[in-house]
Amino acid sequence: MIQVNQLTKQFGGAAVVKDLSFEVAAGAVLGFLGPNGAGKSTTMKMLTGFLAPSSGSAKINGFDIQSERQAAQAEIGYLPEGAPCYEEMTVYRFLHFIAEIRGFRGREIAHSIDRVLERVSLNAVLDQRIETLSKGFKRRVGLAQALIHDPRVLILDEPTDGLDPNQKHQVREMIRSLSDEKIVIISTHILEEVSAVCSRAMIINKGEIVMDNTPEALAELAPEHESVSLMIQDLDPQEVASALSLLPESDRVVLDPDGRVTVFPKSIGSPLLGAVQSLVAAHEWRVVSMVQHRGQLDAVFRAATEGGAG
Amino acid sequence: MSHLAVIFKREFASYFVTPVAYVFILVFLVLSSAFTFYLGQFYERGQADLQPFFNFHPWLYLFLVPAVSMRLWSEERKSGSIELLLTLPITLWEAILGKFLAAWAFGGLALIGTFPIWLTVAYLGEPDNGAIMGSYVGSWLMAGAFLAIGCCMSALTKSQIIAFILSGTTCLLFVLAGFPLVLNFFEGWVPVMMLDLIAGLSVIAHFTSISKGVLALTDLIYFVSMIILWLFFTRLMLIIKSAD
Repeated sequence: MIQVNQLTKQFGGAAVVKDLSFEVAAGAVLGFLGPNGAGKSTTMKMLTGFLAPSSGSAKINGFDIQSERQAAQAEIGYLPEGAPCYEEMTVYRFLHFIAEIRGFRGREIAHSIDRVLERVSLNAVLDQRIETLSKGFKRRVGLAQALIHDPRVLILDEPTDGLDPNQKHQVREMIRSLSDEKIVIISTHILEEVSAVCSRAMIINKGEIVMDNTPEALAELAPEHESVSLMIQDLDPQEVASALSLLPESDRVVLDPDGRVTVFPKSIGSPLLGAVQSLVAAHEWRVVSMVQHRGQLDAVFRAATEGGAG
Repeated sequence: MSHLAVIFKREFASYFVTPVAYVFILVFLVLSSAFTFYLGQFYERGQADLQPFFNFHPWLYLFLVPAVSMRLWSEERKSGSIELLLTLPITLWEAILGKFLAAWAFGGLALIGTFPIWLTVAYLGEPDNGAIMGSYVGSWLMAGAFLAIGCCMSALTKSQIIAFILSGTTCLLFVLAGFPLVLNFFEGWVPVMMLDLIAGLSVIAHFTSISKGVLALTDLIYFVSMIILWLFFTRLMLIIKSAD
C-alpha cells in the first residue's frame, strides 16, 4: 500500500509537483503518464526517498519515506531513469554489491542473484563489465538490481525507454509476470505501454493529476470511441452519410476524401453498430469495410495535457 | 557486514579496476622520491632522518589528493548512480564515510609504498624509527584532511575537473594560511585575534613539527577536526544539491 498525501516539490519557487494525493493498493500496476517535465520523475524521486518533498508526505507499506526512510526504502526496488549503475563493475559483482547492501549474507547472496537471473536473463554477460554491454542489457541489469530483494514495491522510471521492440516486449512481459501482491509503478510516455501492462493509469500534467482511471476507462473518453466507419461499393458516399446522420444514435457524421464515412455515437454503449448494420441490410448496400473503433489513449492524453510543459 | 563496510569494499575495489590506481601510486612514488633526493638534498644533508621526504608532502598532496577525491561524488552525479546509491536502505553517513575511508585507505596504501625510502635511511644511518612512524601517521592524517576537502568539493559538481580545481585551490589556501601571501591580505582590516586564527589554520604550521617526527596532540586534533568538519560539509552539500 502506498499512500501519498499532498506531496509537493518546489524548485526555486516553481512547483514541479503540486499537492499530489493518491493511494495504490497491492496488486496494482500503476502507469504514470505525462509529457516530459510533467513531474513524473520528481514524484518517483520523492517516493523513493532521493528527494525530500517541500511539503506533504508519502508512506510505503506504512513507513513514512522521510521519518522512516530506511525502512521504507527496504520495501522498494527502484530503477532510476536511464538505469544508472556502477559501470566499471561486472554484472555479477554489481548484483553481489546490491545484494549485500540489501542485507543478504553468505549463501543468501548467491541465492538472491540466482533467483533474479531466472526473471531477468543476464547469464550470458555475468562476467562482463557493465560499460561494455548494450543498452538492452544495461536496462536488464538495472531491473535485476531493483528485483534482487524481491521487493513488495517496484518503482520503474521509464523502464523501456530506448529499447528496441523485442526488448520492450520482454520488459513488459516481466512486469506482467510479477506477483499479484506487488505494487508496481512505472512512468512512461509511451501510451501503448500503459494499455499493455497497467491496471491503472494516471495522467499527470504540470505536477497535477488530471486523470486517474483504468486505461480502458480512459480510452473510452476518446471522441472516436465506438464510432463506426464504413465504405460502400458503387454508391455516392454523400448518400451514405446523409442516411447515417438520420439514425437516432448518430451524433455526427464525417466524410473522408477516400470515400470512408464515419459516424460518431451520441453516447457510449449506444447500439450504434447494430443500427448501422440494420441500415446496411435495409438498403442492401455492398459493404467494402466496416469497422467499429476503440478509443485510443493518445487522443485522451493530448486533450488532457495540451499546452503542457514542453 | 555493515553497510559501511560493503560500501567501503566496493569503493576500494573500484580503484583497482582501471589502471588509474597503479598510475597514481607510481606517480606518487616517483615524485616523492625525486623531491626527496633532488630538491630535499637527502644525501647532502648527511642526517639519518626523513625530514626532506616529509617536507614535500603538503605540496605533493596539493594536486595528488584532489586527483583521488575528484571522482568520489562527481562521477556518481554524472552517471546518475547517486540516485541508485541514495535510494538503497543506507544512511547518508554510511555512504559518505564508506567512500571517504576507501579513498583514505587508498592514500595510505600509496604512502606505505614509500617504505624503501625508510629502508634507505635505515641502511645509511640510525634513524629514530618512532619519529618516522609518527611522521607517516601525521602525513596520512594530512592526506585525510585534504581528502575530506576534496570529498566536499566533489559533492558540489558533476564535473570532475571542477571538483579537482576547487579542491586544489581550497587545499592551497589552507597550506598557505600561515604565509605572508594570505596573512598580508587580511592584515590591517581584521582583528589580530582573527589573524592568529587564520595563521593557526595553516596546514604547514601543523605539519612542520610532524615532519620532524613530533606528533603533538594539537596537530592531531587539527587534522582530525578538519576531516570531521569537511565531511559534515560534504553531507550538507549532498542534501542541498541532491535536487540537481
